[in-house]
Amino acid sequence: MSVDTLIQQVVSGLATGGIYGSVALALVMIYQATEVVNYAQGEMAMFSTYLAWTLLNAGLPYWVAFVATLAIAFVGGLLLERILIRPVENAPVLTIVIVCIGLLVILNSVAGWVYSYIQKPFPSPFPAKPIQLGNIYFGAHDLGALGVTLVVLAGLYVFFRFTTLGLAMRAAAQNPVSSRLCGIRVGWMLAVGWGLAALVGAVAGMMVAPIVFLDPNMMSGILIYAFASATLGGFTSPGGAVLGGLIVGVIENLVGTYVSFIGTELKLTVALALILIVLVVRPSGLFGRVAVHRV
Amino acid sequence: MAALLAVRNLEARYGDTKVLRGVSFEVAEGGITTILGANGAGKTTTLRAVCGMVKTAGQISYDGRRIEGRATEDVVRLGVAHVPEGRGTFVQLTVEENLRLGAYARRDPRHLGADIDRVCGYFPVLAERRRQIAGTLSGGEQQMLAVARALMLRPRLLLLDEPSLGLAPLVVREIFRIIRTINRDERVSVLLVEQNASLALGLADHAYLMETGTMVMSGSAAELRQNDGIRRAYLGY
Repeated sequence: MSVDTLIQQVVSGLATGGIYGSVALALVMIYQATEVVNYAQGEMAMFSTYLAWTLLNAGLPYWVAFVATLAIAFVGGLLLERILIRPVENAPVLTIVIVCIGLLVILNSVAGWVYSYIQKPFPSPFPAKPIQLGNIYFGAHDLGALGVTLVVLAGLYVFFRFTTLGLAMRAAAQNPVSSRLCGIRVGWMLAVGWGLAALVGAVAGMMVAPIVFLDPNMMSGILIYAFASATLGGFTSPGGAVLGGLIVGVIENLVGTYVSFIGTELKLTVALALILIVLVVRPSGLFGRVAVHRV
Repeated sequence: MAALLAVRNLEARYGDTKVLRGVSFEVAEGGITTILGANGAGKTTTLRAVCGMVKTAGQISYDGRRIEGRATEDVVRLGVAHVPEGRGTFVQLTVEENLRLGAYARRDPRHLGADIDRVCGYFPVLAERRRQIAGTLSGGEQQMLAVARALMLRPRLLLLDEPSLGLAPLVVREIFRIIRTINRDERVSVLLVEQNASLALGLADHAYLMETGTMVMSGSAAELRQNDGIRRAYLGY
């Protein structure tokens, strides 16, 4: 058990953790605005990744396909909200959850029907050769994926923190009535939120596909890790969800490496156990607000 | 003076209960009009109806245009700022972010900084707390923030719903003094809904009395103050 291995596993954990954190952030963004967990978030990411694969096969350079996929994912997420969610906007939460689950099944089946269930390799934009720092080797894709994820998250932070539209979206999520009185079109803010969530998911999908291979079920495990991340960080805290993702990624890797009976087969169980522990010990998560309702 | 807002035969219901039964009133351009009445008379519903927040029958004309049935966001864009009952503070955002949101619907978002300084001029305490989370403000400060946020729109019509509710008398007097200044200096017409009749009549130049969903009396504020019935029932002497 060397320090080098430890550092290697931590960095590799951070890379996958960034992906979990991105999907968790997408979940949290929609949850904060509507108090609904979008179970279709993973499949939306998977579908976006297939679109990226199609664009790449058409001969587009990687980063052109990458940006085009983000644009398509954004518009797609926006349209899904307008077409599927808006009609049930005022329906009970369970109705919306069922719509999301329906969307999950549809996207999964359509992807299987169009692209088949056979796993496809998905390229990484980063070199295959590991990067050596001192005695330690890091996967170039791990470092690159972590970098891309962090850039996207920083971009989102700047958007929400410093732009008027970002401010209006935060306002609409917190207090729809007051937002309307400020002239904010709350419905459209929700749609933009779905668009951004789809965009973040697409980044996660494209970064994870080179590791897990492309197939219609590639995001199902990742969605569970994302749930664990969002639960750990707190479903009411975007920053917490990202940090939760990084923590989950590292824990998953370290437990898989050092606890021999867990190995790779039981890794997912660790995520589920984590959800359970957090819900019992600290239901609002590490950074979440405790919900207080005035009666 | 011409009417900036004219409401005719407004009706509204919550479920089977009719809360507005043919309400008619006007707000003069540049004036302060108040609607008095007891709890449950329909005052808040009337204000909400003007902003398209409740479904209604009847006519609402603003600046010569019919606005009934329009979405709240569109009414706001015409220059109608509504300070809701309970203040509607964005409690997790900073004071400055609350103020910036007030200007969201404006066509010219330039001079935003100058406008924040201008409204903070009315409420210096907000300038001191610009970076503070709005939920940590006191009730009076949140009411000031709500009025300041409404002013960021540069409205032509300011709707105020019970600005005195739950506040200490000194704070209330301060807020009412500022509303008068705003009305005079910025030529903002005001429609004030208030349970505190003596305060409202002191500020307004025209007043209506509302009882169970309809206007039962109207006149200049001075006339209503002299009225025996109002004195006994609403002013308490």
